[in-house]
Amino acid sequence: MNQHNPEISKGVDWLLVWLYIILAGIGIMSIFAATFREGDNVLQGFLSLKTDYSRQTLYFGIASILAVFILLTDSKFFTATANLWYAAGMFLLLLVFPFHTNIKGTESIIKIGGAFQLQPADVCKVFVCLALAKYLSRVETDFSKTQSQLIAAAIALVPGLISIAQHETGLALVYFSFFLVMFREGLPAGILIIGFSAAVLVVATLLMEPNTLAIILTAIALLCIYIMRRQIKRKRRLLFLIIGIWVVCVGVQRFAVPFMFDHVFKPYQVKRIYDTIGKEYVPKNAADIADLEANGAKKKDDGDYNVRQSKIAIGSGGLIGKGLLKGTQTRYDFVPEQRTDFIFCTIGEGFGFLGSFILLGLYFLLLMRIVTIAERQRSVFSRAYAYGVASVIFFHIAINICMTIGLAPVIGIPLPFISYGGTSLLTFTVLLFILIRLDADRQMVLR
Amino acid sequence: MSVFNQSRSTIIRLIFLGIFIIIIAQLMNLQLFSGKYKQLAFNNAVFAKVVYPSRGIIYDRKGKAILNNTIMFDLVVTPNQVKNVDTSLLCALLQIDTTEFNRRMAEAKFKNGRYRPSVFRDLLPADMYAKLDENMWKFPGFDLVERPVRVYPFNTGAQVLGYIGEADSSIIKRSNGFYRLGDYVGRSGLEQYYEGTLMGRRGVQYMIKDNKNRLVGRYENGIYDTAAIAGKNLRTYIDVEVQQLAEKLMKNKIGAIVAIEPKTGGIISMVSGPDFDPNLLTGPEKRANYGKLSLDASNPLFNRAIKGQYPPGSTYKPLEALIGLDEGVITPRSGIACSGAYYGCNRPVKCTEKWPGHAANLRLAIAHSCNSFFSNAFRLIVDNPEYRSSRVGLTKWKSYANAFGYGHRTGVDLPSEDGGNIPDTTQYDKEYRGSWNSCTMVTIGIGQDKMLTTPLQIANAICIVANKGYYYTPHFVKTYDGESQEDTVLNIYRKQHEVLTHISDSAYNTVIGGMNDVTIVGTAARIPKIPGIDICAKTGTAENYKVLDGKRTKLKDHSVFVCFAPRDNPKIAVAVIVENGGFGATWAGPMAYLVVEKYLTDSLRADRLAEVDRISNTNLLPSWLPREQYKLDSARAYYRFSLTKDSNVIRKYLKGGYRPPVQEPEIKKAPAKPQPKKDNALPVTQVNPMIDPEKTNHPKSLNRRNEPA
Repeated sequence: MNQHNPEISKGVDWLLVWLYIILAGIGIMSIFAATFREGDNVLQGFLSLKTDYSRQTLYFGIASILAVFILLTDSKFFTATANLWYAAGMFLLLLVFPFHTNIKGTESIIKIGGAFQLQPADVCKVFVCLALAKYLSRVETDFSKTQSQLIAAAIALVPGLISIAQHETGLALVYFSFFLVMFREGLPAGILIIGFSAAVLVVATLLMEPNTLAIILTAIALLCIYIMRRQIKRKRRLLFLIIGIWVVCVGVQRFAVPFMFDHVFKPYQVKRIYDTIGKEYVPKNAADIADLEANGAKKKDDGDYNVRQSKIAIGSGGLIGKGLLKGTQTRYDFVPEQRTDFIFCTIGEGFGFLGSFILLGLYFLLLMRIVTIAERQRSVFSRAYAYGVASVIFFHIAINICMTIGLAPVIGIPLPFISYGGTSLLTFTVLLFILIRLDADRQMVLR
Repeated sequence: MSVFNQSRSTIIRLIFLGIFIIIIAQLMNLQLFSGKYKQLAFNNAVFAKVVYPSRGIIYDRKGKAILNNTIMFDLVVTPNQVKNVDTSLLCALLQIDTTEFNRRMAEAKFKNGRYRPSVFRDLLPADMYAKLDENMWKFPGFDLVERPVRVYPFNTGAQVLGYIGEADSSIIKRSNGFYRLGDYVGRSGLEQYYEGTLMGRRGVQYMIKDNKNRLVGRYENGIYDTAAIAGKNLRTYIDVEVQQLAEKLMKNKIGAIVAIEPKTGGIISMVSGPDFDPNLLTGPEKRANYGKLSLDASNPLFNRAIKGQYPPGSTYKPLEALIGLDEGVITPRSGIACSGAYYGCNRPVKCTEKWPGHAANLRLAIAHSCNSFFSNAFRLIVDNPEYRSSRVGLTKWKSYANAFGYGHRTGVDLPSEDGGNIPDTTQYDKEYRGSWNSCTMVTIGIGQDKMLTTPLQIANAICIVANKGYYYTPHFVKTYDGESQEDTVLNIYRKQHEVLTHISDSAYNTVIGGMNDVTIVGTAARIPKIPGIDICAKTGTAENYKVLDGKRTKLKDHSVFVCFAPRDNPKIAVAVIVENGGFGATWAGPMAYLVVEKYLTDSLRADRLAEVDRISNTNLLPSWLPREQYKLDSARAYYRFSLTKDSNVIRKYLKGGYRPPVQEPEIKKAPAKPQPKKDNALPVTQVNPMIDPEKTNHPKSLNRRNEPA
């Protein structure tokens, strides 16, 4: 931007900034509630940098400085360097393979120095967001073409696949949320529907007897043929299409899913998925049991301990909650990982339904605001990027809260702005403030 | 180019909205509609810690604590805090080896987990505690924790005071869950009977625990807690010095001593021999000690004073005299010409005296304990022509005996009392197929036959005589601290039972006079008098049998003695039984005298102390005891052997035990009867020939109904 911009606040969407500050504040308070110990000196605790809440406050300070820097940056910088960032991100991701440290069963973390940890799979969300926006906003990109769609999907999914290779399935799933961006930019709805149907099929496979499901699938196929018999008379190909879909479905149900569960997923992941849908997972051999034990499943039938304790914590909050620092579940460590992935328990127990509802309201407001901002952008880059931000944040919120209340399997992804963790907070801050920066220049057309 | 896709923005918003609605619905389900999570969270985090109140103290009549509380220490370990412990030193101090140490550590981890303390060694002996306390800093993770323990400062009253032990499953079941596993409850004696009073009220502290079950603080600062209320102290009638004396006298003997204050029914002393040191059942070795005591053939855990079944022997005679006088079948002037036996029935009933005139009247008959007189008197009671049937007569007699407290439990404040036996018509009908007469059970008249009583009943009956017709239910507890009229459990012991006040005072005076004569001219005259104290007594020499090696064997007579003193205004009534002690005045009498002297004068004369030692050092344990012990031990050894198939156990259980002689044990040689008067040919002439019971017309003054009632 060549014109002088006397103040960085020009064009900044203050609602988003305030929402960000409020959410980060709630985060620090929740971490305080989850980790404060009776008898600690509060002031000393906040200043010492030894407690989690003081560290989170420090991270928030760093994030704020970073946010100011982003707001001071020219918005063209982001379009210009998007691909470069993406390349750097990919490099970091690949760097993990030789240099990773094995922490809690994941191989996706690089330790730098003593204390600082970097999880490239986490940071990469920002770069994918930028790169995808960049690709979609190119003049020569015709997103109605299958080729373009495949390239876009590849941009989004390659980091995810690398994450899976690093045993970080949770973060990998986040990259699937970019399909929402592509959907907005013209990806045929059919693909989303097919994806959704595939998910339903997989869940149904897990829940139902194989033969029953096969009969149901056959019945659906026959019904389709009966309903569409006139079109089929005109177009023979339609019949083959339906039969083809039927074959694929039965194949998935009969062979693909069992294969995935036996050979691709780790036993602990299978167990988590089983726990979520309420099925008992029986390890097949000693190696599976050893793997389960290595990944935190303490006893044979204690697999859903985390979720059960988390549900007890949230459920015992009632309408108005027990109050700050009064939650017995979260104060006495019944809920594991309660400052990171299960931070929502602290809010649910301490502030009850009203508190949870308000938090969800704030998140919903944030998402709606981002979508609104996205729609008012003149440049495709900004819009696609905004949708990327919305998708990523939405996916995190939905999966994280759903897993604490027993609606989703326990996959370790943090609650945006609230969960403890420097990387997570910084990533989301950067993600959001680039959007605010782009939005401040929404009159420009960025390529 | 993608403006036409703008509608998709709405779809995306709807997807967001949909997911948020699903989340909120589940939150409502969890937080608003299912109440169970609150309870689950409470159960997770709050632990109701029971606070045990201190147990009530038991005092004797002079305010000395005879059952008190003290503190002992448990060694407690929290496994996860155990680091760099000097194991060999700890093992040395605890006198265990390393394998035992590891076993106990494993047990602690198994029982309470790694994060909670478990008892490593309970009830440390004093010297072990002292050594450990000095070195505790060397054992991180180990702690010394106080534990209240009962202590018996006078080492006395084991069977009376009882002991406490952990509640077993049957107690827990009976209490409807009031007691829990690990709670201590009174298991016998006053500890059991007054459990509710002594134990107080337990308090509850709500504690917060964390995910490792560690207690981390008070719940809500303790506003829901209830405080423990200490148990109430019992004030008893027991005189601890008398009790100690009585226990000393009963040493090396089987039997019982009961001393009651007749005016109140308060029990001054109750001893069952053999007894044991009550502190054996409180300390660290209590389990082993209990095992030893329960396997002793002399059965020290058995309170013979309330559970022993003895024929009262001649001590019953004063009661029969009263029954006869009240029924009008004898008068104070009634007498019998006894020449050493009663020949009124087919089998003569022998009498210890044979000189003429020893049963010239009632008082003399009591003083000399004439068997002939009382055999006759019993038949007169049963065959009382007023009732026209000896059935009715026997039933009438039984009602008198029951009124004297025989044949049913007295209701003393101890658990598991026995009632003895007073036979009734059905018992004889069954045995003799309905064909019996007063001759069949004539020896009831001298306190034998099927009549069985407990020492407590004998003492209580003498109280009734001393009180001239009334009694208070014998009991130990006078009052307890904080007792109020509304909630007391002691009212039943404050009610005067006027069971036999309808018997005339002159009848009582005659009998009491006879009992006084016993000590002056009668069977107990040779026992040295207590200066200034007029004692009324009755000796007894009870025949008894025991089934030994499958044979009903006659053993040496029990020495029985009852007395009360002083004659006017009785302050103490005593009953003493020494099993197989022989004649009543030989052992039981002197023992009773010593108890009376100690109680009434609060001391013993110097020469009496030597007498105490003489009695105490005399071993009257029956000759069958070692053989019974041997049988018991070998049966158990065989049982253990059959379980383990290890012949070492036989050696272990029989170690130091009794070895049977090659020949038959000496039981058979046990003297049959104390009086060796068999060779004396008894002159038949002086005794009445068989007389038809219906028309009894006794010589001299045994006329019916001419005695003023």
